[in-house]
Amino acid sequence: MLDVADASATAALIDLKNVNRSFAKANGDELVVLEKVDLTIVSGEIVGLLGRSGSGKSTLLRIIAGLIKPSAGAVSCRGQAIDGPPRGIAMVFQSFALFPWLTVLENVELGLDALGVAKPEQRKRALAAIDLIGLDGFESAYPKELSGGMRQRVGFARALVVHPDLLLMDEPFSALDVLTAETLRTDIIDLWVEGRLPMKSVLMVTHNIEEAVLMCDRILVFSSNPGRIAAEIKVELHHPRNRLDPTFRQLVDSIYARMTQRAEPRPAALEGIPGTGVGMVLHPVSTNVLSGLIEAVAAAPFNGRADLPVLADRLQMEADELFHLSEALQLLRFGMLSEGDFLLSDAGRAFADLETDERKRLFSQHLINYVPIISLIRRVLDERPSHSAPAARFRNELEDYMSEDYAEETLETVISWARYAELFAYDEKAEMFSLENPN
Amino acid sequence: MLERAPPNALGRSLAPNLFDVAALALVIGALVTVVYGAHQTDVPLTVLDSTPISLDPWRLPGYALRTTLRMLAAIVASLVFTFVYATLAAKSRRAEMVLIPILDILQSVPILGFLTFTVVFFMNLFPGRVLGAELASVFAIFTSQAWNMTFSMYQSLRNVPKDLEEVTQSFHLSWWRRFWRLDVPFAMPGLVWNTMMSMSGGWFFVVASEAITVGDTTVTLPGVGAYVATAIKEQNLPAVGFAVLCMLAVIIVYDQLLFRPIVAWADKFRFEQTASAESPSSWLLDLFRRTRFLRALATNVAATIESTTRIRIPLPNFPKLKFQLNVSGRLIDAVWIAIIFGSAAWIGWQVINFISATLNWSDVQTAFIDGVYTLIRVTILIMLASLIWVPIGVWIGLRPSLAEKVQPIAQFMAAFPANIAFPAAVALILHFGLNANIWLSPLMILGTQWYILFNVIAGATAFPSDLKEAAESFHLKGWKWWRFVILPGIFPYYITGAITASGGSWNAAIVAEVASWGDQKLNAVGLGSYIAKATEAGDFQRVVLGIAVMSIFVSLFNRLLWRPLYAYAENHLRLG
Repeated sequence: MLDVADASATAALIDLKNVNRSFAKANGDELVVLEKVDLTIVSGEIVGLLGRSGSGKSTLLRIIAGLIKPSAGAVSCRGQAIDGPPRGIAMVFQSFALFPWLTVLENVELGLDALGVAKPEQRKRALAAIDLIGLDGFESAYPKELSGGMRQRVGFARALVVHPDLLLMDEPFSALDVLTAETLRTDIIDLWVEGRLPMKSVLMVTHNIEEAVLMCDRILVFSSNPGRIAAEIKVELHHPRNRLDPTFRQLVDSIYARMTQRAEPRPAALEGIPGTGVGMVLHPVSTNVLSGLIEAVAAAPFNGRADLPVLADRLQMEADELFHLSEALQLLRFGMLSEGDFLLSDAGRAFADLETDERKRLFSQHLINYVPIISLIRRVLDERPSHSAPAARFRNELEDYMSEDYAEETLETVISWARYAELFAYDEKAEMFSLENPN
Repeated sequence: MLERAPPNALGRSLAPNLFDVAALALVIGALVTVVYGAHQTDVPLTVLDSTPISLDPWRLPGYALRTTLRMLAAIVASLVFTFVYATLAAKSRRAEMVLIPILDILQSVPILGFLTFTVVFFMNLFPGRVLGAELASVFAIFTSQAWNMTFSMYQSLRNVPKDLEEVTQSFHLSWWRRFWRLDVPFAMPGLVWNTMMSMSGGWFFVVASEAITVGDTTVTLPGVGAYVATAIKEQNLPAVGFAVLCMLAVIIVYDQLLFRPIVAWADKFRFEQTASAESPSSWLLDLFRRTRFLRALATNVAATIESTTRIRIPLPNFPKLKFQLNVSGRLIDAVWIAIIFGSAAWIGWQVINFISATLNWSDVQTAFIDGVYTLIRVTILIMLASLIWVPIGVWIGLRPSLAEKVQPIAQFMAAFPANIAFPAAVALILHFGLNANIWLSPLMILGTQWYILFNVIAGATAFPSDLKEAAESFHLKGWKWWRFVILPGIFPYYITGAITASGGSWNAAIVAEVASWGDQKLNAVGLGSYIAKATEAGDFQRVVLGIAVMSIFVSLFNRLLWRPLYAYAENHLRLG
């Protein structure tokens, strides 16, 4: 790794103090995405921002990249306040963000475009970066001719060619298949350990716990709603790290536990906090998958209690996905999360043994009892003489508590769950809820 | 390092090959014809009177050249307009407030109605020169092409992918460089397609605008349209036939030499991450790509042009400027909106004053009633054309090998200016003594029905084969198959075609509701003939009234019928 003893290396590359970021909601209220974030990045480290999707970690990355302005707080790069994208910071995108009409070489050269580098020098550096990242021979190919892994390599080459002080990576491996992602991770880490990468530090955003433990020297665990740094974990393992190493597993387990910890209870009356009452944000989770998960946990070898990393591995799921599912089940009281484990409740065990129609009945009871927005819709439909109500009525109510996108997602989830439970019907064209199911 | 990725310009050898010779001949030939044609426009107007249009078929290629050059000039003008107007609308919120509604209205204004004013305007601009009349004609074509190109570009600019935008920001690209590296390439496929569609529509108007009479001014520009007009005057049916043949040839040449290469080249700008199974090809582009010398020349020219996009144009620092104004941002908005509405009200008042100088309410009523007649015609014709072409289109589209052959013909028919064939129809109506009110109507849709056909073919071709197989295995047949399988499947495509066809029919009404053959005149009651007659009489008030009424009809027709249908089709019936 780079020489940490170097005096300049200890100076802060990036310094964030008390950074807040909020967006305006439909009703004019503020939705807080980031709250009181302090962060310092020095030379010679790989820092991971680990958190659930929607926890604001990508927003934080974009604030450092100078693409978004913070609502409050101070952000500086090498002591200078950030106003617009600073020099010396380059970014790798989740979606690769390559220009389809430019060849690999042209895409990489684009990184140097605005630096005022002479054309021959530009070409030389671009070819060197392409060479380094293992894209030799693909210079004149267009991105659409490449596989996903190769495309992301172009993304890396384009960022490396500017010789940035700090490389930002926004979930760079999450759009790739498992095998490709692993190869690319290993290649990047190898180059880093050998000191062949031109940047001083790396900041990467990820929701993959193992990825963070595999690559980072320091992991900042993000909590959601609003996004805050909940914990800082130092990873002292030597590269190359072994996923099967007991210390590695232990670290992964402990992070799982930390991320499934229930947030400290909040005053229920506080407006604008999703997660309570009608304003609960629901993530679209298919009832099929929920049933599947209940069955899987009920069966051997778990018999009602499953270690999350093991479960994730067995079901070939990302941690993030599994969190959403187990939280949905926890919300419906079919199970609960504790210490990185998922436990089925009595209702959950019962569910696993029931037939389809009985499952639906049990599910509908739990929906009415534990999902306030669903019981509200059902009550309104029961009370109205027409037994129908426009979706807009409930969407507006949801938007008092959450952003438009979340309201839409929540409503989508409500519709799919209620359809499964046969609680009420929804006409998509008319955007109306009603009690009448088509005969 | 250079050995590994040599610049394309170096090639393998500098010695020209056989392809070079062929390509060079084409290039030089094109240059000579352009220079010759352009030279012809810079002569005094009296030359037109002293050399009347000759019906000698050997003169036709020359006329066709003039017509083609007008088209080219118009497309260049349209492109320049598109770049400036669309960029302004997409980048400035305040400009957008004004520009987009204006564009929307311009789209529904009957293009041929414009001619009345533009002819007078341009003739006064260059008194006594042919150039004035030429410009009027070019302007008419321009108005038929520019709007949908601009809309396409504007929509592309508004939908530039967020991540690519972030790349240009984070790598510090200047706005000028970003425009050419991101915005323009991203807009390219839509722009090329719309330019092609515009060109198809343009032939109709170039033909219509070459022989115009506005009041006392009669302009006959040498071209295929004027040739046909003369043939009508002299009742020369064979000459009309020659014109049709000539036009066929011109459109084929234009397609092969200009559009195929451009479409094939623009394929690389398509925003997709996977290679499509089939990409368009062009023999001409292949020919040029195989030439050593020309390719080297092209790469060098491209490199030079590319380097101009690197120029960093010093601009006032926008973010800072915005920050200073932020305090009073709302106030500026309010003032801006007040200015817009104020001037709109003032212009509206002027128009009403202008019209009411000689016209009164009963004239407005007449125009509206005529509008209703034309509306009935358009509606019935679209329904008839749909009844005929939807089943045929589906039948063809489900047979891929047949569709492959028919589709280019249908697209070609859509490009063919139907007004060249009008005289033949008029001669028939006169011969059999048919009712003009009924039998002139089909002319309105003669040229535009093909849009329905080729869109339906495209829809049926794209219909997923697994759905076809599912329908077959469940024994869905007859009406049920049409109702539940294929009609919903092609509906989005059909709507696209029908919108184009209906818009074109309104425009065509101006030339289709009034027709003549020698000294015999046919006349159908409708808004089209209302405008046509007012134009001929030089009655500007009535022309303005007619145009205004037609714009209102077309806008309402679009807003109340086509847009909801289109939105429905996009939201509910789009497959995949």
